Amino acid sequence: MMEFFNEYLIVLIALLICVIMSILRVIFGPTVPDRVVGVDTINTIVIVCMVVFGAAYEEVIYIDVAIVYALLSFISTLFIAKYLEGGEF
Amino acid sequence: MIFEIIIYIFMGIGVFFNALAGVGLLRFPDVYTRLHAGTKCTTFGSIFVIGSVILIGLKNWWFENDLNGSVLAIHSIFALIAILLTNPVGAHAIARAAHRSGVMPALAVIDELEKKPVKKSTRRKKEVKKALNEEGGST
Repeated sequence: MMEFFNEYLIVLIALLICVIMSILRVIFGPTVPDRVVGVDTINTIVIVCMVVFGAAYEEVIYIDVAIVYALLSFISTLFIAKYLEGGEF
Repeated sequence: MIFEIIIYIFMGIGVFFNALAGVGLLRFPDVYTRLHAGTKCTTFGSIFVIGSVILIGLKNWWFENDLNGSVLAIHSIFALIAILLTNPVGAHAIARAAHRSGVMPALAVIDELEKKPVKKSTRRKKEVKKALNEEGGST
């Protein structure tokens, strides 16, 4: 366990600003696919944040969480797209 | 020393492209260009950020004989493979769903997939919505 304030926290704060910009798109999106695009971008940036967090504190368990989060967010995106398309599951 | 410089350069490139994804999501006019910004830029940026994490793990493994570093590198490679496989497929599914649900690109003149022109008076977003509702009601 490294000390709490190390240099990778700068990267995490910069990625957090990207997440905030995507959240603005989710709030103000005029159509439903706009909001889905925002949620997809948030998912990818959160995965990157988890990997950087695992590297910052040298804990491997965060990266395992990131792998599972990637697969689950992919499945949820596919289901939302299928629902928008109006087809049968 | 040069290893750490490469790690910082990779992380800077990755954060820069993720920031471009956020700016593109806010600034682009319609769904398809936003999808272009929000998916490709995050894929390219996450390649570089996770690549720098892989280099951190390899550095800990080689120079400090830390076996925890090898585990960090290998699990980061699996996270990178998961992102590379799932992100373009999700983007394609969203684009297909947006086109099927009737969202037109901004300033579109002709819809080449349906082989019919978009009317000139329906270029603005609200008018596009109204016209699509009328078409859906008539058919």
